[in-house]
Amino acid sequence: MAEHLTLRDAIQRHVLPGSTVALEGFTHLIPYAAGLEIIRQGITGLTVVRMTPDLIYDQLIGMGCVDKMIFSWGGNPGVGSLHRFRDAFEHQRPKALVIEEHAHAAMANAYVAGASGLPLALFDGYLGTSYEDINPNIKRLTCPFTGKALAAVPAINPDVAIIHAQKADKEGNVWLSGIVGVQKEAVLAAKVAIVTVEEVVDRVDDSQGGTVIPAWVIDAVCVVPMGAFPSYASGYYPRNNRFYIKWDAIARDYDSFKAWMQDFVLDTQDFSHYLRKLQEADYV
Amino acid sequence: MSEQAYSASEMMTVAAARMLAEDDVCFVGIGLPSAAANMARLSHAKQIKLIYESGTLDTKPNVLPLSIGDGELADTAISVISVPEMFRYWLQGGKIRTGFLGAAQIDRFANINTTVIGDYAKPKVRLPGAGGAPEIASHCGRVLITLKHNARAFVEKLDFITSVGFLDGGDSRERLGLPGKGPAMVITDLGILEPDPVTKELTLTAVHPGVSVEQVVAATGWPLKVAATVATTQAPTAEELAILRDLNERTQAAYG
Repeated sequence: MAEHLTLRDAIQRHVLPGSTVALEGFTHLIPYAAGLEIIRQGITGLTVVRMTPDLIYDQLIGMGCVDKMIFSWGGNPGVGSLHRFRDAFEHQRPKALVIEEHAHAAMANAYVAGASGLPLALFDGYLGTSYEDINPNIKRLTCPFTGKALAAVPAINPDVAIIHAQKADKEGNVWLSGIVGVQKEAVLAAKVAIVTVEEVVDRVDDSQGGTVIPAWVIDAVCVVPMGAFPSYASGYYPRNNRFYIKWDAIARDYDSFKAWMQDFVLDTQDFSHYLRKLQEADYV
Repeated sequence: MSEQAYSASEMMTVAAARMLAEDDVCFVGIGLPSAAANMARLSHAKQIKLIYESGTLDTKPNVLPLSIGDGELADTAISVISVPEMFRYWLQGGKIRTGFLGAAQIDRFANINTTVIGDYAKPKVRLPGAGGAPEIASHCGRVLITLKHNARAFVEKLDFITSVGFLDGGDSRERLGLPGKGPAMVITDLGILEPDPVTKELTLTAVHPGVSVEQVVAATGWPLKVAATVATTQAPTAEELAILRDLNERTQAAYG
C-alpha cells in the first residue's frame, strides 16, 4: 500500500545497489527528480530499463551508476546523441556499459508480459533485421495453431519502477494524463513502484479522463513539484526544449559533465534546490 | 506562374508530401517524415490521419514537434493511447496504411539502418536505435522513406539492418511473411527512387528540377539502376512553398 514519503527516503529505502530499475516516461512525465536523487545517493551497479533513455539515463551512466542498459531508442530527442552513453559504450568511461538492445514493439510487449504475469512476450516482429544477431534475448517461436514465426522476448519485471504523474490523493492513488507511454505497465510489472507527483489532491478518479493507478500497487508516493523538468507535465508546465539543447554541450566532454553534475546535482540538497540553482545560472 | 527560388530540402519535403493522399492513415517518424506529413495535411490532404508512436491518433499539430512526445501532439490528437496499445492493436493489428520513415543508411533493396555505423560492438557512429521503425516497416500497408542523397547514406551494404525493405530483393520479403507490401518510394533531395516491380531493386524514376541523372548516380554507393524514362519532378508551387515556409516559421518561433 502506498506510503507518502520524501523522495530521498523512497529512493534510499527501495533502490538498492545492483537492482534493476525502470524510470519510465515517453518524452512526457519523465521522472527526472528521482533519477537525480539516485545519483545524489551514489547508488551503483544498476541495470536500467527504458524504451527511450534520454538525458536522465545519460546522467546516470556518466556518473557511474549503471552496469547495464536495456533500451529501444537512446538519444536526446530533437537534438542528437547521448554523449555519456556513447562514451561509456565505446570507451568504457567511467566504466564498461553492457547493452541489451531492442525495438519499441519488443519492449512495449515485454512490459505488458511483465504486468500480466507471463514469462515472455510474443509478438510479430524483428523478422529479417539484425537484432537477433546482437541480442541473444530475442528468440523465435512458431505458433502452434498457424505455423507463423513469432518473436519472443523475456518479460520485463523490474525490481523498481519509477514514474512521475500529475496527481495523487492521500491514499496514494495516482492520476496521469496526456502521453502515458508505458508507465502503467512498468508499475504493474515491477516488484516495487515509486511515483513522484506534482501535487496531492483530495480525490483522484478517471471521471475527467486520464489514467488512474490504484494505491495498492504503489509503494511510495513523493510530492516533487516540477519533478519531470526538463520534460513536461501536461497541464502544469511545458517541455523545456532549451535545456535539452544546452545539455548537448554540457555532456559532450566528460570533464565538463562531471563538473556540472558536481555543481548542480551532488552539491544540491534536493530537486527544488537544484531547480533554484538552474534558474540562478540561467539554464531555465 | 513565375517560379520561386527554393532549396533542395524544400523540394524534398514537398515531393514527399505529394505522395500522401487525402484518405491516408500515416504512421509518422520524427524529423523529415513529420515535416512532409504535416505539409500534406496542411495542403492537399486535409483529412489525412497522422499517427505518432507516442500514442497520438489523428494528430493535427500547429507546429512541427521537436520530439516524438511533444505536448502539441497530445493536445491536437483525437485520442491519446498507451504505447503498448499503439504497437499491438494499431500497428501489429494492421490498422495503418502508410509508414513514413527516415534513415541514416539505405541499401538497394530499401532496407534501412538507424542503429549503428561501423561494427556494433565498436561503432564508428552509434545512432539512437530502432524505436518503432522495424515494425512500422513490416506492418504498415506501404512504406515511404525520405533521406538526403549521398554516397555515405546510400550504401552497397548496410552495417546493420534495423528495418526491412525488400531484404535480398525479388520475393524475399514476401517469403519472410511480412504483412505490409514494403517500401513504395524513396524521396530524396535529388529525386525519387522506386522498387523495380520484379527485382525490387531501387530504380531512379524521377529527378528534381536542375538535377542530372549523373549527379544522382554519383551520390549513390552502388551502381544505381535508372528507369528508361526519368521524369522531372514538378517544382514546388508558390502555394506549396507558402504553406511549408509558414509551418517552418511557426515552428521556429515556437522554439525561440
